Amino acid sequence: MSEDFTMDESLDPAQRELTYVHKVYNEIAEHFSDTRYKPWPVVTSFLQSRTSGSVGIDVGCGNGKYLGLREDLYMIGSDRSSGLIGCAKDLGKEVMVSDGLSLPHPNNRFDFAISIAVIHHFSTPERRTQAIAEILSKLRSGGEVLLYVWALEQEKSRRGYKEGDPQDVLVPWVLQKKVPKRVKQVQRRKGDPKPEPKTEEQLRIEAEEEEKRKEAAKDETKFRYYHLYQKGELEQNAEAAGGIVVSGGYERDNWYAIIRKP
Amino acid sequence: MKFLTTNFVKCSIKTCDATTESFPLKYTNCELIQSSQDFNPDFILSMLDRLDWSALVKVAQDLGNSALPPVKPEGEMLNDVNLLQDLHTLLLETCITEGEMTCQHCGHIYYIKNSIPNFLLPPHLA
Ligand SMILES: C[S@@+](CC[C@H](N)C(=O)[O-])C[C@H]1O[C@@H](n2cnc3c(N)ncnc32)[C@H](O)[C@@H]1O
Ligand SMILES: [Zn+2]
Repeated sequence: MSEDFTMDESLDPAQRELTYVHKVYNEIAEHFSDTRYKPWPVVTSFLQSRTSGSVGIDVGCGNGKYLGLREDLYMIGSDRSSGLIGCAKDLGKEVMVSDGLSLPHPNNRFDFAISIAVIHHFSTPERRTQAIAEILSKLRSGGEVLLYVWALEQEKSRRGYKEGDPQDVLVPWVLQKKVPKRVKQVQRRKGDPKPEPKTEEQLRIEAEEEEKRKEAAKDETKFRYYHLYQKGELEQNAEAAGGIVVSGGYERDNWYAIIRKP
Repeated sequence: MKFLTTNFVKCSIKTCDATTESFPLKYTNCELIQSSQDFNPDFILSMLDRLDWSALVKVAQDLGNSALPPVKPEGEMLNDVNLLQDLHTLLLETCITEGEMTCQHCGHIYYIKNSIPNFLLPPHLA
């Protein structure tokens, strides 16, 4: 599906992410937010196992579905997309707009962090490692972060990515549009005088309008950049970022890992 | 943004990381609202443990509240429910809806609009 769209290769990594990640999330924010409400089990159990009264951050929180999962934790969410942060705010979450590579938090203060389906949006290995290092810098010594990224190995999924496929891909998001209503034909009742037959000109105009209507109703497809992670790669990035891998695994087309700050 | 959050945000410019002036930010032209929340004394006690008290005092002063004790309450004082209730009101129920946050190191101004602080940097500072 992504083959019919190629990335502008002249862009530097930050511009690439601006075009193929940040702009897109803002464009699809509302529609995206509507699809995000089910928490993933691994994330829930990570949050359940935090000590009561802990303070944490959710980097790339989207609409903030993991914030406030537990009332006895204090969690602050941040995301690049002001559109999604607006949705999170409307849901009553404690959130701010910021970039994952320059988090606006004091260092060494937080007990834990989560960053769910975010790191795979950075477009070079250096930036992915840097993003993990940035999160670790905010944790106190011994603090833990749960990371989640999309896996290359997802042969059974709808997209069907598998080992050996290219890892840097553009993934379509179909933005469904509200269909404008067709102009209703006036119903003719028995006994009404027959309408004048339409002139060729009228028929031509009607056909054109119908064409325009169909065009406007077409779903628009937006492409998001993803780096699909191979088995072991997330752990590699995390170690390069100075973290200690506590545990990790695979869940529903994603790799996850819990990383501890030394 | 809840008042409590001011204790967990600073200037996002990398070169300000090493300085102590980038935290807390200086709050000006702020509009506040109170929104009621369930009072949980244990939660306030845990937060107290995690707070940078002098930063809290500074920000409270920025916002016109000079009533906080200069040192973090501890020991016997923590049995005082009124104190915990006051802290609850300040930390969790007081929200900044509009305002400016200035880094005392580099002078960069961040804005709070519709209760949402924005820490994105212009490209030349990122
Ligand atoms: C797939 S969504 C996941 C959202 C949320 N964590 C969840 O699990 O529902 C990816 C999120 O990462 C955010 N994001 C991408 N790049 C970012 C960056 N550089 N800084 C902060 N957030 C970023 C996007 O705006 C988007 O909200
Ligand atoms: Zn600064």
